[in-house]
Amino acid sequence: MAARTIDIAQPVLSRNERMAAELRARFRASRTFVVNVLSSPGSGKTSMILATHERLRERFRCAVIEGDIASDVDALAVKAAGMPAIQINTGGLCHLEAAMIGQAADALDEAVGLDALDVVFIENVGNLVCPVDFDLGENLSVMLLSVPEGDDKPLKYPGIFQHAGALLLNKMDVAPAFDFNMDCYGAALDGLNPCAPRFCVSATRGDGMDAWCAWLAGQVEAARA
Amino acid sequence: MHELGVVSGIIDVVLRTAREAQASRVVAVSLRIGDMRELVPEALDFAWRSLRDEHELTRGAELRIEHVSPRSACIRCGAEFDHDRLRCRCPICGSGQTLTLRGRELDIISVEIDSPD
Repeated sequence: MAARTIDIAQPVLSRNERMAAELRARFRASRTFVVNVLSSPGSGKTSMILATHERLRERFRCAVIEGDIASDVDALAVKAAGMPAIQINTGGLCHLEAAMIGQAADALDEAVGLDALDVVFIENVGNLVCPVDFDLGENLSVMLLSVPEGDDKPLKYPGIFQHAGALLLNKMDVAPAFDFNMDCYGAALDGLNPCAPRFCVSATRGDGMDAWCAWLAGQVEAARA
Repeated sequence: MHELGVVSGIIDVVLRTAREAQASRVVAVSLRIGDMRELVPEALDFAWRSLRDEHELTRGAELRIEHVSPRSACIRCGAEFDHDRLRCRCPICGSGQTLTLRGRELDIISVEIDSPD
């Protein structure tokens, strides 16, 4: 019996990273801007996507890839708003992986053609931990926190706030009922992710949505230039 | 609980490596994990112990983890600095535009095997 050590020096998630790179190239070729939306369950991802679509639909053709452990309630809401939607049921998995987005992209391609889509929103599984380690080939990841969750979330779940390219605070309409401390929230983000733009919004009432949508539209245009 | 998915990816690579090397048994697997990764050591260890014993080759194999603390470079002034998970702003010039040099690793370094000779 001989013992020996074999050097591997390989990223654990190399398979996902390779597939994400392929997806990124595919979306670039079809001139589709992909937004990965991250948040806890119940922060308002679907409402935010619908409200964003409402403001951008004249300029961009949008679609949604819905990730949930089970059910198709979000996909139905998205379809009712006139957007193509592909539902992924992860069956217990707490995040989406690039391979799943590859299949959803095939389905979108077949349904409407990727070339015809300007923006695809990926509504990730509601979770502040796991999705951050899985690149989906997106152009932008957006972290959506909501006021009732509390101002301490960036300190409790630093990875996802650090990773995001834009930071949205939703449900500003109910802020008077909660003691969400904007200074604490801001100070935590200053340490974690000082450069990402921040938007305070109410997806349902509309506060701040125009500023967010104007910025997003700028990002979509810049990616095409 | 994405530790289970991460460990399942590790097991795949380890099994492939061990079979190619005609190993009779995997003794240990060494990982390098940056502190900025969202992985809980206890959950990783639990997932490892659950999954390794499903395969004859990896049964009882040890998981060794080397932790890497975060280090970044400032894009504005060029300073390199160590930091914790919560504050990555440049301590010299205060800029928030920094590049992570270390701390996001999630690599399999090596696999230690026994082979019949």
